[in-house]
Amino acid sequence: MKFTWFHLMPYRYLPDDFKDKYRSVWVDIPRDLYDPKVGHRLYNDYLDQLEFADQMGFDGLGVNEHHQNAYGLMPSPNIMGAAMARRTRNANLVILGNSIALYNPPVRVAEEFAMLDVLSGGRLVAGFPVGTSMDTNFCYGEIPATLREKYSEAHDLIIKAWTEPDVFAFNGKYTKLRYVNLWPKPIQQPHPPIWIPGGGSVETWDFCADHAYQYSFLSYFGYIAGKKVADGYWNVMAKKGKELNPYSLGFAQVVAVANTDEEAERLYAPHMDYFYNRCLHVYNGFADAPGYRTVSTIRAGVLAQVGKEAALRREGMTWKDFVDQGYVIAGSPKTVRERLTHAMKSLNCGHLMILQQIGSMPPELVRLNTELFAREVMPHMRGLWTGFEDKWSPKPLPEPERAMPAPLNFRRTEANGKTVTTAAAPAHESRSAK
Amino acid sequence: MKTIQKVRGGKLAVEVHSFGNSGEPLLYLHGAGGLLGVDPFLDELGKDFRVIAPHLPGFGESTGGELIDDVVDAALFYHELMDELGIASAHIVGHSMGGMLAAEVAALDVSRAKKLVLVGAAGFWLDENPIPDFFALDLSELGSYLFADPKSPLAQMFLAIPEDMNQLADMYVERVKRLSMASKFLWPIPDRGLKKRAYRIAAPTLVLWGASDRLIPPVYAGEFTRHIKHARAQMIEGAGHMLPYEQHDAFCTAVRTFLKS
Repeated sequence: MKFTWFHLMPYRYLPDDFKDKYRSVWVDIPRDLYDPKVGHRLYNDYLDQLEFADQMGFDGLGVNEHHQNAYGLMPSPNIMGAAMARRTRNANLVILGNSIALYNPPVRVAEEFAMLDVLSGGRLVAGFPVGTSMDTNFCYGEIPATLREKYSEAHDLIIKAWTEPDVFAFNGKYTKLRYVNLWPKPIQQPHPPIWIPGGGSVETWDFCADHAYQYSFLSYFGYIAGKKVADGYWNVMAKKGKELNPYSLGFAQVVAVANTDEEAERLYAPHMDYFYNRCLHVYNGFADAPGYRTVSTIRAGVLAQVGKEAALRREGMTWKDFVDQGYVIAGSPKTVRERLTHAMKSLNCGHLMILQQIGSMPPELVRLNTELFAREVMPHMRGLWTGFEDKWSPKPLPEPERAMPAPLNFRRTEANGKTVTTAAAPAHESRSAK
Repeated sequence: MKTIQKVRGGKLAVEVHSFGNSGEPLLYLHGAGGLLGVDPFLDELGKDFRVIAPHLPGFGESTGGELIDDVVDAALFYHELMDELGIASAHIVGHSMGGMLAAEVAALDVSRAKKLVLVGAAGFWLDENPIPDFFALDLSELGSYLFADPKSPLAQMFLAIPEDMNQLADMYVERVKRLSMASKFLWPIPDRGLKKRAYRIAAPTLVLWGASDRLIPPVYAGEFTRHIKHARAQMIEGAGHMLPYEQHDAFCTAVRTFLKS
């Protein structure tokens, strides 16, 4: 079993009356609710938390892309990937991912992912989501009817850019390039492992099965509701005669560990409420642009994650409901061990995207949650899928070949009553770059 | 009368509704909601004209929507359809999105339109008068943008939601099919460069607008008369965006008078 510690990077200070006063946390949320000084603190807290997860032995650190959104403050997750590459050592950088239909030319994504892979010594997981309707259609203006075709073309171009040894020309419908010549190229050859985050589109299952990509179902509704989608994916895999390898499925789950079940409720309930009632408060008209979901997905009865339907399902839910229905797996280490093991078995899932900072949760609580999980739960679940090979994790450079950031050594001096910070020694003296 | 007309050797199959069989041909291009099946103004115009109302591919039973990506594809499709029907030129009446496409049909081949009637037409964008985001509107909000009187029986019928879950699902799927096609011309802003081509339109043009249109405000009529050489605008009181349905008589009179003059 592998564990990716996933951060959404929410804005923690939406007002109490947010849901009544504003129609949406996404797309047209008023700009004056964002304070960049608070944002400065949040980004740094959140990077601290990801770095802490690396120290605690998680396999991956997960980030994703959202636009004009108060629960996901990462329009560019690659920037967070770059920051993490320098201050983490072991964990993989799971960028889930870049919405490749949005970038012109999509080669940009191939380049930035190659940069991250090189910078991190081959620790990158490249995620290619289609992107939500809010992000792609409403914020970035993509035409719903052609988004998936554009995505598919961007995918082909990126893979070719990574794998083709020579300069080539690309004559696509959406992108035309005379010279495609990727500099730098990724450390992982032929390319970093590819994970496809999805919200339940039936086409994505076929796409993952056909390309042997990992499918990551990023649900906010927990493993009980998620089972329908996981089963749909495994049915497609079985029909196509593919190995039902648990590592080819990733699943996002909110997990909250405390010393006892009662303590978990006391500590985490307010933050769950913040997440579900403020962070996921999305105007129904933005939930699903016509043509974003294909007719076959609609016919398959997969429910949208946000909007009116989703809000109705959550209406009036208490902590007990969230726990009982699996939205959150919470409680003492023992409770979480049992419940989460059961959940992963029922989904046949080998890659958990664990959400341990949720909503308004403050840093000290995130640390407690993360540490308890790493010490008391994770070791007990490690052996869940022995016998299966994880073909979807990065293959980084061996330790001796990896570059280390030079140690920082600042000197603070008082000059005319001001504090001045200077580097004590030129960086190159302590560096071993060749 | 409903027929299925094959176009491009059968790659597209078009559901065509015809009204009347005498008089000059009149091609009616529907808006993003499609033909409703109950379109009394078409019956009325059928008394004086040979009315031909095709469903754009992706709407109704018409197929081949995947072959149409943009307004140029759509205009060429209508040219082809006219060829298949043996109509070299016709009066062309277009409502909303259909008005935008009618203008493109007339601009890209000036021989196609004898006279042009654009009704609450899309196709331009004014920063100072933005068109509401039609795609993001909830059904509960839609009425107040489409109708002068959203409480009228007509509006209520239009906005009714079936109680049967299967019917509701079918309605939802149809809506998605229609609007995803419409999004190729209208998303995220309904400007696909008509302002560069509209000067080519040679046909005498009547720009009709519901005086209470809250979806595409009447100020947009001025953009059409500004860009099209032989155009004049006429406002109709007591109507919103759904003018042909809301003020059926006034609408038919205006169209008939203009086309017969």
